[in-house]
Amino acid sequence: MIGKTLKFAAILALGVTLNGPTAWAAAPESDDPIIIVQNNWTSQLVLSTVVGKVLEGMGYTVEFAPSDSQLQFKAIADGDMHFQVEAWEGSMKTAFEKAVAEDGMVDAGAHKAVTREEWWVPQYVADKCPGLPDWKALDKCAEIFATAETKPKGRFVGPPADWGKNYSERVGALKMNFEAINVGQAATLWAELDAAVAKEQPIVLFNWTPNFIEAKTPGMFIDFPDPAKVPECKEDPNLCGAPRSGWLKKAAWSGLAEKYPEAWKVMQNIDFDNSQIAAASLLVDVDGMTTEEAADKWIADNTAVIESWKK
Amino acid sequence: MTVADPSLDRVKPNSNWLSSNGFAVQFVGAIVAASILSFVFSGLRIWPTELVVPVKEWISDFFRWLDKEATLGLFTVKDATRTVSWMLKQPLIWSEYLLWKGAKPFQFLPVFWLLAAAFSAFFVYRVRGARTATYVAFGILALVAIDGLPHILLSLSKAVRADPWLEASAFIGFSEWPGYLLDALTPGSKIKALPWVAVVAGFAIFAHWVGGWRLATLVALCMSYLALTGLWRESMKTFSLVVVAVPFSAILGLFLGVWVTRSKRAARVLTPMFDLMQATPHLAYLVPVVVMFGAGQVPALIATVIFAMPPMARCTILALQTVPADVIESGHMSGCTSRQMLWKVQLPASQKTLLMGLNQVIMQTLAMVVIASLVGAQGLGHKLLFSLQQLKLGYATMQGIAIVLMAVVLDRITQAYANRSTDYEHRDRSTALQQHIHLIIFGVVLFVLIVAAYFSRDVSVLSKKLLLIDNKDALELDKSIKQITFFLIDYVQPIRDWVTVYVLIPIRNFYQAMPWAVVLTGYAMAGYKLGGWRLSALLSGLFFFIVVLPGNWQFATTTFYYVSSALGVCLIIGLPLGVWSARSPTAAKIILAICDTLQTFPSFIYLLPAIMLFKVGELAIIFAIVPYAMVPAIRYTYLGLKLVPEVTSEAARMSGATAWQRLFKVELPIAVPEIMLGVNQTIMMALAMTAITALIGGSDLGQEIYRALPTSDAGRGVMAGLGIATLGIIVDRLINAWADGRKRDLGLI
Repeated sequence: MIGKTLKFAAILALGVTLNGPTAWAAAPESDDPIIIVQNNWTSQLVLSTVVGKVLEGMGYTVEFAPSDSQLQFKAIADGDMHFQVEAWEGSMKTAFEKAVAEDGMVDAGAHKAVTREEWWVPQYVADKCPGLPDWKALDKCAEIFATAETKPKGRFVGPPADWGKNYSERVGALKMNFEAINVGQAATLWAELDAAVAKEQPIVLFNWTPNFIEAKTPGMFIDFPDPAKVPECKEDPNLCGAPRSGWLKKAAWSGLAEKYPEAWKVMQNIDFDNSQIAAASLLVDVDGMTTEEAADKWIADNTAVIESWKK
Repeated sequence: MTVADPSLDRVKPNSNWLSSNGFAVQFVGAIVAASILSFVFSGLRIWPTELVVPVKEWISDFFRWLDKEATLGLFTVKDATRTVSWMLKQPLIWSEYLLWKGAKPFQFLPVFWLLAAAFSAFFVYRVRGARTATYVAFGILALVAIDGLPHILLSLSKAVRADPWLEASAFIGFSEWPGYLLDALTPGSKIKALPWVAVVAGFAIFAHWVGGWRLATLVALCMSYLALTGLWRESMKTFSLVVVAVPFSAILGLFLGVWVTRSKRAARVLTPMFDLMQATPHLAYLVPVVVMFGAGQVPALIATVIFAMPPMARCTILALQTVPADVIESGHMSGCTSRQMLWKVQLPASQKTLLMGLNQVIMQTLAMVVIASLVGAQGLGHKLLFSLQQLKLGYATMQGIAIVLMAVVLDRITQAYANRSTDYEHRDRSTALQQHIHLIIFGVVLFVLIVAAYFSRDVSVLSKKLLLIDNKDALELDKSIKQITFFLIDYVQPIRDWVTVYVLIPIRNFYQAMPWAVVLTGYAMAGYKLGGWRLSALLSGLFFFIVVLPGNWQFATTTFYYVSSALGVCLIIGLPLGVWSARSPTAAKIILAICDTLQTFPSFIYLLPAIMLFKVGELAIIFAIVPYAMVPAIRYTYLGLKLVPEVTSEAARMSGATAWQRLFKVELPIAVPEIMLGVNQTIMMALAMTAITALIGGSDLGQEIYRALPTSDAGRGVMAGLGIATLGIIVDRLINAWADGRKRDLGLI
């Protein structure tokens, strides 16, 4: 008897608990958190924190959710996450457009910033390898880039595997004498670059603009066949490079406009240019701040910009 | 391969060399023949791309179909998965409120109603007696539950993203009124999450209850570290997932385990499933889970539950099978129904094994929660992942230590709980106050601290200036780690290059040139020899259909390369350590304690020292696998030597064997079956670890899983995961078959 009563009580208590927080949470509309996506490169981390802090300042509850740079778009389309501040054409175009077309994700507009993601060499490499930035010239002096592991092929230091780049396939398609080694994290790229620059060793690695590197080390992108001009690229994208002046967009969940109208207005107005993005990553990667500190600094430095979003 | 060891047949008398080595000759012959054939037909070396069966695409299409179209009549599969997510989310909401989020007063309304029911019941009990009091309490709860039902349905329909089935017009909506009132009375205020001091104190008091002062001190120190380094909030985010995932996995595992012992059919289906679930690396679960459940806390929870459940089920099976027959008999004699038998006799009798299962569940959960940060779980894992990705090794060390300490706390507490002796005699003599002293103290402490938290912010979360170790220290640590590695690099770099060029690359080239047909022949022959044609067909079939046909052979060769190199190192270090600890009790104490500790670390952690020392590269990968996989090699060697019958060693000593002779001629040969089981475990753990090392590069099956994650390409991830599982299962079956046969020959079983 007592056992049964207890069970019954437990079921009822469960019932009461279930209709608890979720049911009443809807009362003040903005109380549900706005979930901002964070990825694994510096400028995105800082700028998404900036956006989060601005929204928090407006009274919203903000949460940050870590996500992978490709997976995020499905999560945003489904409303599991709400806003992504940096979507790069070079690496995320396919997933972005697929999510907009198939799953109903919202394209929240492009930034002023012009982006490019490509193989990159420091300036001093040009002296050792004539004909750069053409990719065929690079291929001819592949041997100077070789390391113990890749000999006799040259080593290309590639981005983390989850960034959606297919450089091994490109190397195969263009029959280049290189081996693409993916690093586990972006920071390894800079560590490798620093080590090479210190001894002026030849290195070719993945880089992008806007980034803090351009302020620190002069260099150039390698010119692969331009996808805008070469027709074969449509059939086999591996034969070509990334777009030379790509977009940088924002991605948002379709329910934002209805649920958080004020925040949505701000999100649409957010607009970074190349120097603002590079500044954000400089604060962390060169000055050694934490993401939080860098975001605070960035906000303090750009009050006018932030005010302009709220109009 | 030890499989071809001619000593296998030595026990048979009267055989000449050729016939006793007949199998070895056949084996080598077949391998040579297969090698020659595969140089003639290149298709036997690498499965031709045009013949690859697009299993991966089929699986991806299947998941896409499940996600977009599949229906179960009334509702779609997606609705069902969303409903499951919604249900899992409810307890998560509460654990988050309590541990780190805090909530507005009206969000605690259910607590208000539960308290209201309890208080009115108490009041009525005083006036009218127990029966009426029960009715009153139930009445209140039932009314509130019915009144709130539309809200539940509305929230659910939002979760499945259907048009709201019901507008949230509660029947009367009275259950909300106290909420509005509370909200109006306390505008903008927030009930804080549990203060950190209270959580630390709670852990310490519990630790004292189960394990005395020593454990309590250890626990308090470890938990304080989390607060004093400013990682409290992140730790509680992780912990709120653990708190919900552990009961789910434990209960699910318990029921599946009971089911397996009750039904032969269930056993036939579930046991191989558990094998598969444990052999498949963590990361591979994430891909389908993400496709079905999206990203965020809840999918992380689901992946965690799936991964952490099998050990509990296994322990339950083991526990129920090892209940002494006389205990069951006495249960029968006192007329137990089968349900009473299970709950009142079998499970209590095997409590210890079950609690070990729970311990396993907790450790696996913690490991998985960290990995799940790849799909959006927040908390320590997320922070650690970011620090690793930005190579901020100072921060990463700080956060890594936090995860390890959390693991240590949970591990030690559950172990102490499992080993706690229940002193019934003492319990009978003590008063109610003595029995519940820990609970009462905790209640008082909790109350005081919650009140205190409203006067001082530092009680709920330490403010930055009070931190013992803060970001600046982490930055300093970062700098010193960089300096040390910069200093070490001059010494490490030549070693790294030498090992890479002269050891690793030859091994890699050897494996990468290995034709699949040769490996298949090897498996088939070994399987036939050890377990007859059925085992042979099973192993070669698994290998062919899951690894070769879907075109994963090339990735698998790299996996072979990592695992076998790591295995070599593990054995070179692990075997002597095992022998040493079997010889010297002092050494055993220290070495086994280190093993225990190594096993509590979530696998993620091992990446840290590896990339600090060797930078990104193949050596770092192998270096990260070794400490994780070495533990069983040491343990089983120790165990195997300890199991050698005393009389046998005695006999050897009597016949004048030196210590070395005794070890090599008597004890080791007898211990070999046990040691091989250790090797088996080492291989399984190395395989699991290869998936984690994908985070720092590589080109193996693990990397395939990792790459499948961003593209939500379920097929690619699943097939690569199954590939790793297959390689593991093959080794497992072969070694087990061999060890069984060998033990039989030695008369050990």
